[in-house]
Amino acid sequence: MNISIYDFSTVTHYIDTGLRSAMSPGWAVFTELVIVGLVFLVFYALLGLFMVYAERKVCALMQNRLGPNRVGPVGIFQTIADLIKLLMKELIPIKNADKLLFNIAPFIVIIASFMAIAAIPFARGLHAIDFNIGIFYVIAVSSVGVVGILLAGWSSNSKYSLIGAMRSGAQVISYELSVGLSLLTIIVFAGTMQLSGIVESQANGWWIFKGHIPAVIAFIIFLIASTAETNRGPFDLAEAESELTAGFHTEYSGIKFAFFFLAEYMNMFIVASIAVTVFLGGWMPLHFGTESAFNHIMDFIPPVIWFFAKVFVVIYIMMWFKWTFPRLRIDQLLTLEWKYLLPVNLVNIVLVAFLTLFFQKQISNVQG
Amino acid sequence: MDTLSLRNYFAGISPEIIIADGKQYLEITIPGPEFHDFCARMKNDDDLHFDYLISLTAVDWNDHFIIVCHLTSTAHRHTVVLKTKIDRIEAAIDTLSDIWKTAEYHEREVYDLFGITFRNHPDMRRLFLEDDYGFPLRKDFTDDERIITR
Amino acid sequence: MMQEEVIKNIILGEEEDYIVNVGPQHPSTHGVLRFEVSLQGETIKKVVPHCGYIHRGIEKMCERLTYQQIIHLTDRMDYLSAHMNNEAVCLCVEKALEVDIPARVTVIRAMIDELNRIASHQLWWSAMGMDMGALTTFFYGLRDREKILDIYEESFGTRLIQSVNTPGGLMNDIHPGFQRKVKEFITYFRKKLPEYDQLLTGNVIFRERTKNIASLSCTDAIQYGVTGPAGRASGFSCDVRKVDPYGAYPQVNFREILMTEGDTFARYKVRIAEMYESMKILEQLVDNIPEGDYSAKMKPVLRLPAGEYFQRMETARGELAVYIVSNGDKTPYRIKFRSPNFSNLFVISKLAPGYKIADLIAISGSLDLVIPDIDR
Repeated sequence: MNISIYDFSTVTHYIDTGLRSAMSPGWAVFTELVIVGLVFLVFYALLGLFMVYAERKVCALMQNRLGPNRVGPVGIFQTIADLIKLLMKELIPIKNADKLLFNIAPFIVIIASFMAIAAIPFARGLHAIDFNIGIFYVIAVSSVGVVGILLAGWSSNSKYSLIGAMRSGAQVISYELSVGLSLLTIIVFAGTMQLSGIVESQANGWWIFKGHIPAVIAFIIFLIASTAETNRGPFDLAEAESELTAGFHTEYSGIKFAFFFLAEYMNMFIVASIAVTVFLGGWMPLHFGTESAFNHIMDFIPPVIWFFAKVFVVIYIMMWFKWTFPRLRIDQLLTLEWKYLLPVNLVNIVLVAFLTLFFQKQISNVQG
Repeated sequence: MDTLSLRNYFAGISPEIIIADGKQYLEITIPGPEFHDFCARMKNDDDLHFDYLISLTAVDWNDHFIIVCHLTSTAHRHTVVLKTKIDRIEAAIDTLSDIWKTAEYHEREVYDLFGITFRNHPDMRRLFLEDDYGFPLRKDFTDDERIITR
Repeated sequence: MMQEEVIKNIILGEEEDYIVNVGPQHPSTHGVLRFEVSLQGETIKKVVPHCGYIHRGIEKMCERLTYQQIIHLTDRMDYLSAHMNNEAVCLCVEKALEVDIPARVTVIRAMIDELNRIASHQLWWSAMGMDMGALTTFFYGLRDREKILDIYEESFGTRLIQSVNTPGGLMNDIHPGFQRKVKEFITYFRKKLPEYDQLLTGNVIFRERTKNIASLSCTDAIQYGVTGPAGRASGFSCDVRKVDPYGAYPQVNFREILMTEGDTFARYKVRIAEMYESMKILEQLVDNIPEGDYSAKMKPVLRLPAGEYFQRMETARGELAVYIVSNGDKTPYRIKFRSPNFSNLFVISKLAPGYKIADLIAISGSLDLVIPDIDR
């Protein structure tokens, strides 16, 4: 495998030695933290802008129209225009709202998605934190976001917001189970929770191909459950515009509304990245069989490009769901989780456990 | 039933009702106190079976009101018009909402626009207008601020 | 006082109720209507509709207008079946004056009626999908409706509200390209209508949200006077085109769509099937438009003979009845519009209790209410 030419850890190593030679170790670490923080902030913001634009174009494609095409060449500056507008909007203070909680709520949601994104491997070595409990950390941290939603709904002091927040809370908590269990199947296959380890274990084929039917089932369940987790698509009754105006974020205006909006798209990105990392090979290129000319060509494409391409395919599928299906009602949503997805998931895990036990040699894990 | 047999049927019910022919539909005028029972009979009788109340409205003839009901039967496909005369000062009559549910709302509208109260109505409130507005469809209604008459 | 007690008992219920107002400004009510919904968790305990936000006093206004002028007010009642409203008044006046209208007028009026019916049902389909969350249906339905609006614009200069009827006939003749465009539309739409079925009717989420929700029995439909597709979905055979035919309908061959379940899904399917039937009627009429005048000779000032006149008509939403009382003057003494949406609205307080808020949206979408028609 020639992917070592794209090993990012050489770059990070170079920066690290450079800093350590220039200043004391404490300061070097501090500077590195600042650099990583800034890079992620910029990356987060840019990606958010791009995703909003992508959603509008994909939506337009499905609805037989053009989408934004005035601001900038193909409308690419549309989101920036929207951002400027939102920044300049009046922050309407709510009279009887709990001021502290009302103001904190959007930040909690953003912080939760920030923490999750830090653990995703974009390429070999391009990784902010590489825990040995990587997946566990990501799932745990993305659950913190629901606190922000509930706080937003409650502190708005409005019936609509409260109903929306309660619905959303029930939904997110239910579907976290399915998300966790479907990821568990791949953890059992791979034998490690470390995200870089899981990607490395897919060097001889992506888990969705190697894991056969249980992995496909787990992938489908993961897609459905994570669409529900992020309040998207057919599961968006927390913000059902046609029923409760805007649900839990009805009373927010200006930049705070922008935070919720942004956090929703970033959550979609995070969920898609996890799906790609765990099921679709992360930054590993697509290989058919072993050494061949096709594989060499695939190897030349940088892993970062592979990663983002796969993530955007998954995001496109999630957007496709949203613009095609009608909305599920709350009781149908919870029925789907507790009566259908959860039992299928549990059976799937037992199946995977048996497969790993008996066919360990075929599903060998290549620890890099 | 066709018009002639309907006419003979009604003439046989009570001598006090007035039947008008030569109009588009058979028109029957019933005195006020018997209106409710007559309507109940119209619905419950198997030969008549007038189960669908098309419309219930009122007309203001300056010194009295006339309540007009258009009824039809879904089984026999015949249509009649029922009328009753109501005194203008004491504008009240028994409700028909226990016979046809849709009358509940038509009567609220008549109350709103004409001021005719329906006794024993489950919910005698105005429908479109505010509580302190007059009764606009009366012929003697004036509203100098909001209505311009030519 | 008694009034307040009555209000308290009916509207508020117990003190502990959680009351939410859906409307008057709400994305789903499609007009200004307020539902006062009393909830227990997500389940509806009581729904009280409050109308009157758009009451314009049309019936009172008509008492000062001539019959030709009344027609333009009737457009604004149920604006999605505007032509059918116009035609109801015209037919009533023509019946009173005992005028013979040319055959050409009858056929053209019927064709515009059916085009109007298809356009209204398309808008209904778009809005229903959108309310349920399938936002794409809005664009597909309206895209196809534009073809009908283009036909109208070419002939009459208007899109939504035609105002081309006048007692005695039409105000102007149709454009020479009318027949060709109608045929093109029918060919185009016959290919597109199955797409609607693929997108929404067969979708399992949509079926789960509409099947067995809010079933209306036939006796209840008759009791509440629910006509139109909503009534026919319960088995109430109320199509005025069959019961009390008018215009060109005795000459055409079409089915009255009746279903028995009476749930939201049945009301949906009835309207989709009616679109097919309307196209069938159009196909029968489009090649057989008789030549002749587009209007009978009428006096400029119309005085109806003293008496009472009643005309029933099937609009896209149900039975519209026009009742004119005339005392020989050139304006009506009393005119009453029995509007279909008025009766269809109040059945919600019977249908909705026991279901969730999300179902309230589905139910009011399936009843297809146009609010100005309720208030007049």
